[in-house]
This record gives sequence, C-alpha cells and structure tokens, in this order.
Amino acid sequence: MNAKNNKETREDIELLLPWHAAGTLSRRDTQRVEQALANDNELAARYELVREELGEAIRLNESLGAPSARAMETLFAKIDAEPVRKPRMSFSLSAWVGDFVASLSPRTLAYGATAAALAIVLQAGLIAGVFIKEQQAGPQLASYEQQDSLSGGSFVLIRFNPQASVSDITRFLQDNKAIVVGGPAVGSGMYRLRVADKALPQAELGAIVKRLAQDPVVGLTVPSAQP
Amino acid sequence: MSANPATTDEVLIGRIANGDRLAMQVLFARHHVRVYRFVLRLVRNESTAEDLISEVFLDVWRQANKFEGRSQVSTWLLAIARFKALSELRRKPEQELDEEMAEAIEDTSDTPEVALEKKDKSEILRKCMTSLSAEHREIIDLVYYHEKSVEEVAEIVGIPEATVKTRMFYARKKLAELLKAQGIERGWP
Repeated sequence: MNAKNNKETREDIELLLPWHAAGTLSRRDTQRVEQALANDNELAARYELVREELGEAIRLNESLGAPSARAMETLFAKIDAEPVRKPRMSFSLSAWVGDFVASLSPRTLAYGATAAALAIVLQAGLIAGVFIKEQQAGPQLASYEQQDSLSGGSFVLIRFNPQASVSDITRFLQDNKAIVVGGPAVGSGMYRLRVADKALPQAELGAIVKRLAQDPVVGLTVPSAQP
Repeated sequence: MSANPATTDEVLIGRIANGDRLAMQVLFARHHVRVYRFVLRLVRNESTAEDLISEVFLDVWRQANKFEGRSQVSTWLLAIARFKALSELRRKPEQELDEEMAEAIEDTSDTPEVALEKKDKSEILRKCMTSLSAEHREIIDLVYYHEKSVEEVAEIVGIPEATVKTRMFYARKKLAELLKAQGIERGWP
C-alpha cells in the first residue's frame, strides 16, 4: 500500500517538473518537488532532461525573430478605420446579457458565455419567428410540437471557447445543425446542445462529440443524456 | 518584467478601453513579439502570423472594456491568439497544411547516424520540437517559453488543469520518441 502511494506521489511530482523548471509553481508545490528531488536520484535525473528541454524551447522560440513593421501598420490602419467610440448607451442588450451570464458563471467564461447567450437569443428569435409564421400558415401547428421536437433526440454538453464570438458560435451551430436547448449550467458554464433529432447509438454520438471538439469554438464537449 | 504601477498591462487595458491609441502602442510593443512567436509556432507561416497578430490586437482594442483583470493580460492575449490561429488552420486547405508539415519534418528521413553527424543534440532536440503536433507544440511553448502556470495554460487552452499536466507529459513523451528515432536515447520514458 505504501509502495503504491509512493508511486502515485512520484508520478504526481513528475508531472510538475516542467513547471518547477520554469519557476511557475506555487510555493507549496515547489517545496514538494524540491523535497522529492533531494530524495530521489532517478527523479533528479529526469529533471535534468526537463531543464534541457526548457533551454532548447527558449532557444527555438528566440530564433523565430520578430514580425515586420507591417503588423503594426496594419493594426493601426484598422484601428483608425474603426468607428469613433460613443459614450455608453443607457441600455445595451449585449452588456446586459454579459452581466447576467457573468453573475452565473466564472468570469473567465464571460466572453464565451455572452456570445453563446446571444446565440441562444438569436435562436430563440428564429424559433419564435418560425412559430409565428407557422401559426399564420395554419392552426394545425401548435407550440407543443416545437417543444416536443426539442425534447427528443441526441444531446451533448458543451463549453464554448471564451474567445468565440457570436458569429463564430452561430456558424458552429449552423455547420453542425445543432440547437442550444439549455444552459449555461451554474459553475461549469456548460450548454446543452441537440445535435440530432433522434436518439443515436453511443458510438455515433461519440463520433459527433469528437468532431465537434475539433472546432476552435469548442472548449470542452461531452455526450449528454436526454434532458 | 518590472513595470511602473502606473503602466501595468491592466492600466493600459483600461486606457485602451477609453480609446487611448498611445496605450495601444505601448501594449503592442510590450507583447507583440511573444504573441507572434506563439502564433507562428502554430500556423508555421510568417505572413499569416503577422496578419493574425494584427487581428489579435484589434480584438484587444475592441474588447478592452470587457477585460476584467481576473487573469494576466498576457494570458488573455495568448488565448485570443490561440483561437485566431486555430480558426486560421481550420480554414486552410488540407493540402497546404500537409506541405508545411512535410517541410517541417523533412530532415527526419535521415538515418540516425547521418543526423547525428549533421547536427548536435541540441539542434536535433529543437528540430524534434518543431515536428510535434500543434497540440503538443503549443503546450510545450506555453509552459517552457511563455512561463504559464498550470492554471493559466488551462485557461488559454480551455481544458481542465489535470489534463494540462497529462498533456504536457505526453508531449514530452512524444518528444522523447522523436529523439529516439533520431538516434538519441535519453533513458526516459
């Protein structure tokens, strides 16, 4: 049991070696690593490999040079072309949604969550639009059908990349024929997406999750049970 | 970097949010080289990397009023840069990516003996670092060059902290495999 615990501790410490070499560990973890290195020659030998990698990674990056002046010129030409900033409006929908979402989830998720929330608003608008249009077309279409169509199918939980914009998320939803049906969850900031209108086999849903995860809009995605 | 409290990155972001063009110039001068190198390592094209850093800092100009100071400005910049780079890679035709990848790893066709004759160990190590996958390259760079903590890498890449640690481990393991294929046995893993 002790040997097993020692092995786990050693593996845990070994995972931290790159950050110890870079000097970015907390004081507590630094002490743990230093103590382990002092008592474990093999670990100390592995740490030397990490230090070697650190040195070469710095040399490699420093050899990449710097961008030309074109980058700065392009940036400031674009900034000059931006509209002059106006004083804050008395009510901004995006700011309001941002504040609301920020109050529910970690602030680091606020940008992505804001964009996702706006995408939901847009989707809700589209659904409402379709519903109104359908109502005008004939009385046989009821709101119950719309809700029912959203409750069945296959679902995933997704956390959007904090840098994703509304247009990025809208594009992502369109490309994948996905609909946001819930979220964000308090704490995790996860949204529930319907990715198919029927229950798919687990393997097929797993393949969809894998495909979605390739998109830079996605921070994290996992299969989800039916809500 | 030591900075006068009046000119910390956070103060600059506050000024940028108010439309201060000079503050934007200072922030750009302070960070653009590192952001450029991070992007260049991902997209492997200098012209594309230059275009992307303009886009990154334009986003900063537009979104400075949303920055809440919960993370370092450099972490925020790298997160934006990563998103732009991955979006660009996603737009690129596969053939173009394949050609760039082939260029990056062309020297690995040497036999181990020839490679050892041609280059010293350090150079081979750097070459192997360029041959890693984009996922592994970015975590190696974020930890070793950009000096990002486990928590900061998790924020930039958008993965749990435990995954950051294991991804770094597997990136290093892959690096050791590439070195072994070049005739360099490090005794690990």
